Amino acid sequence: MVSVSEVSRPIGIARSRRSFLRRTLGRQEFWRGCVAIVVFLILWEIGSRSGEWFGYTLPHVGLLPPPSDVAVAWSKVLMKWGYWESWYQSFKRVLTGFIAAQIIGIPFGLMLAVNKYFRDIFFPPFEVLRPIPPLAWVPASLIFWPTNEMSIAFVTFLGAFFTIVINVLGGARTIDVRYLRAVQSMGASQWDLFWRIILPGTLPSIFTGAAVGMGITWEVVVAAEMISGGGTQGGGGLGFFIWNSYMGGSLPQIVVGMISIGIAGYLSSTVIRMIGRSAMPWRKLF
Amino acid sequence: MKRADASLEFNGSSGMPTRGALTIRDLVKIYDPEGVNIMAVDHCSMQITPGEFCMIVGPSGCGKTTLLNAIAGFHSITSGEIFLDDKLLCGPDKPIAAQGADRIVVFQNGALFPWKTLAENVAYGPMVQGVLSKRNALAKAHEMLAEAGLGEFGGKYPGEVSSGMARRAEIVRALINRPKVLLLDEPYRAMDGLTKSIMHEALLEIYDRTKVTIFFITHDLEEAIFLGDRVYVLTTRPCRLKKVVNVDIPRPRNYEVLSSEPFRLLVEETRDAVHEEAIKAFQLGERELA
Amino acid sequence: MHQVVSPGEFQVAPRATPNRLARAWYLLTKTARSPTPYLMAFGILLWVFVYWLLCEGLKLPRFVKIPGPITVLSEWLSPHPQQGISIFTPEYYEHIYVSCRRIFIAFCIATSIGVPLGLVMGWSRTFRDYTFPILETLRPIPILAWVPLAILMFSGYETPVIFLATLASLYVTTLNTMLGVQSIDEVYFRAAGCLGSSRWDVFRHVVVPGALPFIFTGLQISIGVAWFSLVAAEMVSGDFGLGYLILSSYMNSVTVPMVIAMLTLGFVGWFTSAMVRFVGNRLMQWHARALALQGR
Repeated sequence: MVSVSEVSRPIGIARSRRSFLRRTLGRQEFWRGCVAIVVFLILWEIGSRSGEWFGYTLPHVGLLPPPSDVAVAWSKVLMKWGYWESWYQSFKRVLTGFIAAQIIGIPFGLMLAVNKYFRDIFFPPFEVLRPIPPLAWVPASLIFWPTNEMSIAFVTFLGAFFTIVINVLGGARTIDVRYLRAVQSMGASQWDLFWRIILPGTLPSIFTGAAVGMGITWEVVVAAEMISGGGTQGGGGLGFFIWNSYMGGSLPQIVVGMISIGIAGYLSSTVIRMIGRSAMPWRKLF
Repeated sequence: MKRADASLEFNGSSGMPTRGALTIRDLVKIYDPEGVNIMAVDHCSMQITPGEFCMIVGPSGCGKTTLLNAIAGFHSITSGEIFLDDKLLCGPDKPIAAQGADRIVVFQNGALFPWKTLAENVAYGPMVQGVLSKRNALAKAHEMLAEAGLGEFGGKYPGEVSSGMARRAEIVRALINRPKVLLLDEPYRAMDGLTKSIMHEALLEIYDRTKVTIFFITHDLEEAIFLGDRVYVLTTRPCRLKKVVNVDIPRPRNYEVLSSEPFRLLVEETRDAVHEEAIKAFQLGERELA
Repeated sequence: MHQVVSPGEFQVAPRATPNRLARAWYLLTKTARSPTPYLMAFGILLWVFVYWLLCEGLKLPRFVKIPGPITVLSEWLSPHPQQGISIFTPEYYEHIYVSCRRIFIAFCIATSIGVPLGLVMGWSRTFRDYTFPILETLRPIPILAWVPLAILMFSGYETPVIFLATLASLYVTTLNTMLGVQSIDEVYFRAAGCLGSSRWDVFRHVVVPGALPFIFTGLQISIGVAWFSLVAAEMVSGDFGLGYLILSSYMNSVTVPMVIAMLTLGFVGWFTSAMVRFVGNRLMQWHARALALQGR
């Protein structure tokens, strides 16, 4: 429901310009969230130090590294070149696969949406391949592609590709027919139809697909780095960073890697949201 | 017309109705979005007698729905008081009325639960209030639906029947609880003229049978005069009472009324007042509230 | 002379419901007359042909390492497979069974925690304010990044794999359920309030059924995500299962079982999500019938 306070604002009166920071600090949700996270961290600390403090190690939780150790490990790692190198490697892979998936997936999805024959021919094989989890492709692509790097890029591409195509197709097919009729009645060519209606009409779905695809891309990159990069060629990356810490038995460092990937994934999806917002000024809520 | 079920007589068909008086005194409602005060209702007072069919007319966004929300207990009020019979619904110490089955709303776009069949919808009120067991409530629901001409649709889901039928079932869902007041928020707004006329006659039939107090919001003038005992014309925002028109066309009414002379005169009398307000509202160009 | 018509007289004669069989036959013949089924068959055959041509027909440099359709099919259906896996070997079914069992356990745990959690999160603002930030903080961490930690926290092969699949489904189920509750139109809450419902009545009669469509969409996604993480987890740590089969075939340089496992995974994954959809339609007659009326 749209609350009354949002709607009843008369046109012409500007929304009071309090800064973003002050608005956030004034909200109850924000403080409750902070409390929740602090409590969570404290419980985690107590849980994982239970063996040390009470002489009884809690099952499962007791085996986790406490957050204070994680913080220490992180501060050490921050100074090291290798850590930042992993960031760079992972980002490079994510972007390669993601951009390739966009470049191929968006036109493919649009073609599926606008041409019935094209859809009839190409959609069934697409649907047959789609349920295969992207990671199941890892060994096959390791065999097929000459380098590890290329096979990671390929699997990453696949992960994002299916989501993007499905979203573009769904978005383009739900465009209101009235828009198409309106433009046709004004004498637009097929080309205009495509550029002025179908593409902008599909933009929201393209960005939804991109946001979801980005999440999958990160999943795939991490896994692929663990499975392949962690082996012979030592391709680096944050997934490898975690795997390496695991092999080296450094528990806090595993958690550092996990949090780093979380931050990286969050940053990427925020960037997509920001681009989406500026590309679609008519959509306030995204 | 044959009188149906005795249990549906709220106020008795003979003599004066006794329940369902609604008193609104100096009602003020101010919305406060981020420090910009907007006065939706400005010292509005009304006295609705028991069993009155009262029509509220005003331009879009004038605050009619705000009134209804205050009575039903969906929103708080800023000052003033509302009484139902002798009970204080909301007042200075109690800014928001408690929601209860004595005032039931029929919503603009319909609010039958789409996941329950019509009969289950109708049986819902008595069931959750613990008045009837589930089985008895369903039996009663089927009975009342049949009275309203919906007998064979009891097992259908709201998504499967026409909007007219859904709206009629929604009124039945309200009536089964024997409310003191029925609050209707432009229930026939989205319907075409032909369906609307059928809905009007059905509503009049229900009213003649039950004499329940009806608080009916609309901006269709002819509808207002055709249905109502009194028409309350409201000003544009902030909403105040502009004019009360007494409709003295005898009941039961039917569609011949629409072409009669007294009806035409009443419509004209009311139209001037409404038109003036509509122009003001249009020039303000504000977005409608809700 | 006009007369007041009792609403009872407006009843419409019940529409003759068409015979189910006749309807199915009509749809079938209609489809058969349109080009769609032939184009679809052509599309699939075209792809298989291209696949064959690349791998077995022309034997292009890199493609030659990938087993082509004829090799895969003959191995898959052979009673004496050369590379160890076909529909006649018990190992094949053992792998499928192990993966399905893990998915089933993970899905059940995730649903029985996620749905109630999501319902309460959507329903109570206070609860959401305290729990949602934690969920949102943990969610950007990819499930696969949990692998080493899961191996350390839970012993054996089975529990870590199930833990990872559960975690993946849990996020999806919880968030979709919460969104489902938030998407319920305010008007239903108001109507329920008017009719004298207690808070519990609202929860039972409005919140739960109103969120169901979203919950089932969520469950469909959730089972897909569960397969996704299961495969990865089985590849990294596991002793059985389809994901393990794929990686171990790769390690042993046998490629045909790898492709068989991939295709099997696709089929089983599709089948499980179709099952969830089926159950959903069964539980939500009102939703399914409304959609059917809209011609969807």
